[in-house]
Amino acid sequence: MTEAGTRRSRRLAVVGWGAFGVLLLVVLWEAYKFLAPADGVLIGETRVLPRTTDLAMPHVWEMLGRLAEPVTRSPSAQPLWLVIALAALTTLGIAAAGWLVGVVVGIGLALVMQRWRLAEWGLLPWIVLSQTVPLIAFAPIVKSWGSRVEIGSFEWQDWMSVALIASYLAFFPIAIGALKGLQSPDRIHEELMQTYAAGYWSTLAKLRFPAAVPYLLPALRLGAANAVVGAVVAEVSTGLQGGIGRLLIQFAGQASGDPAKAWGPIFGAVVLGLVAAGSVALLGVILKNYRRTEEAA
Amino acid sequence: MSAPENAAAPETLSAPAVETVAAVEVAAVDKVFETRGGLVHALEGIDLTVAAGEFVSLIGPSGCGKSTLMRLVADLDAPSAGTITVFGKTPARARLDQEYGIAFQQAGLLPWRTVAANVALPLELHGATSADRKAKVAELLEMVGLADFADRYPDQLSGGMQQRVAIARSLAEQPRLLLMDEPFGALDEMTREKMQSDLVRISAETGAAVVFVTHSIPEAVFLSDRVVVMSPRPGRIREIVPMRFAGAGTAADDAGAAGPGATGGADTAARARRTEGLREDRSFFDMVTAVREALHGAPVAPGARGVETR
Ligand SMILES: Nc1ncnc2c1ncn2[C@@H]1O[C@H](COP(=O)(O)OP(=O)(O)OP(=O)(O)O)[C@@H](O)[C@H]1O
Ligand SMILES: [Mg+2]
Repeated sequence: MTEAGTRRSRRLAVVGWGAFGVLLLVVLWEAYKFLAPADGVLIGETRVLPRTTDLAMPHVWEMLGRLAEPVTRSPSAQPLWLVIALAALTTLGIAAAGWLVGVVVGIGLALVMQRWRLAEWGLLPWIVLSQTVPLIAFAPIVKSWGSRVEIGSFEWQDWMSVALIASYLAFFPIAIGALKGLQSPDRIHEELMQTYAAGYWSTLAKLRFPAAVPYLLPALRLGAANAVVGAVVAEVSTGLQGGIGRLLIQFAGQASGDPAKAWGPIFGAVVLGLVAAGSVALLGVILKNYRRTEEAA
Repeated sequence: MSAPENAAAPETLSAPAVETVAAVEVAAVDKVFETRGGLVHALEGIDLTVAAGEFVSLIGPSGCGKSTLMRLVADLDAPSAGTITVFGKTPARARLDQEYGIAFQQAGLLPWRTVAANVALPLELHGATSADRKAKVAELLEMVGLADFADRYPDQLSGGMQQRVAIARSLAEQPRLLLMDEPFGALDEMTREKMQSDLVRISAETGAAVVFVTHSIPEAVFLSDRVVVMSPRPGRIREIVPMRFAGAGTAADDAGAAGPGATGGADTAARARRTEGLREDRSFFDMVTAVREALHGAPVAPGARGVETR
């Protein structure tokens, strides 16, 4: 099968280019470190390129090697990579909760806007405007609001504030993508459903949602990446324990004595983002038939 | 194949009350589109009655309002003036009651559904059981010659195959009225002739009335009881040409006045004569000429060829 063959070679190419990109980054890092002056490049008083000391730019192998060593010198300490992985998992859980809320809110808003033109005119500008609010700056306020919420036996937890902020960043691309997708069916398909006397809900189920899939998948992926960024930054600004945001701050504080350690959580955050976006990409594989077009091949 | 035909015929005769209701009745219909460039008079003063079980073709130059007329009947658009009834109901009611099946000028298949699932869509929407759907879909795909393609997706089919799927889909619920807008436009000549014969057979078997848009005069002549010739700007009915073939009446005639086949019911008799042999019959070419002259606006002596003018 030539089709399967080309698909496999394309996938190989994607992996190849990915590996090449990482390698290039490593080479650039080490080459700059080797060639540039220790004090970086200065124009007048301003430093335009960073210092190349081991303090500012540890060797790649040092950073990787540090991951395998214990966090602290105490004999019972866990290896650094494990601590980071556990923290990343915590953050991933919070980001996933935020993402789910973002999905529900985003798709809900899109449904309302698709159904009523007036709602689109009324809501869309606010949705766009909402993203210009630097919510990260308000994170502590969100946390303090949350701490006052207490309904029956339900008590607001600090991680929920972080998830809320993550959802705030996640819902936006999802709402926009879902709206575009729900509005995407061709007129001929809408009229076909009309001739079947199909109501709003069956048209939604049989036509609008399937047609929205190609728009929804990238939106969901973007939403996942946003949720991770939102969760990490909100952890930093609310000072939530247990997540990777906290480790970032904590290890950066120890950088003068242990420069390679500070890079650990950064790698962790990168992997976290990749895992989040990758899980959504998996969804795309399951739904691949919804990405077909009508034209004959 | 003869069994359903015989079964349908006595029923048609024994239930005259049902048969008196016309499938489509269009009275003094105008349709004006408001566009940025001004008003477009798509249809003007359209009067047309399609009897139950009758096969009527619409033919005319591009832009004369054939699709528009069909959309009005299907309740996808509303007339600017005049009235339309479908089986005695408003078009909206008829649509809600699923009185018609429609095949558009484009196939309009859902790209994420397989061929079988596309044909099953109307059945699915109206709550047919999964077993019924499967049987019905298999039968329809067999008929349009796509049984081997049931699990393919529309983007894996040629344009003509897609169109055949759309035709199968329009037939899925055995409607009393079929609205077909150039359904055979994308087919090759061989498939086209086969589909024409199939359509004649299906409409005879189910007793469905058909409103059929086409650009092909021979196709209209072969299929129809009457051919409606339209002229553009504004879209008007120029002539309605009843098809009369040697030794036979038409569906529009009284059943008693027709030839030897009349005892079997007018529709069935008229349809039964539409065999492959008809394509080479002299009377077939006479009718082609009659329609062509009507289309080109050449003077036609009234009555000489059985042309009625409205
Ligand atoms: N939605 C619309 N808005 C404005 N004008 C329209 C609209 N639909 C159709 N028309 C106009 O109405 C006229 C008739 O169009 P219609 O599609 O019914 O033609 P047709 O006979 O089906 O042509 P063809 O044989 O090419 O399919 C055309 O002049 C067209 O421009
Ligand atoms: Mg048309």
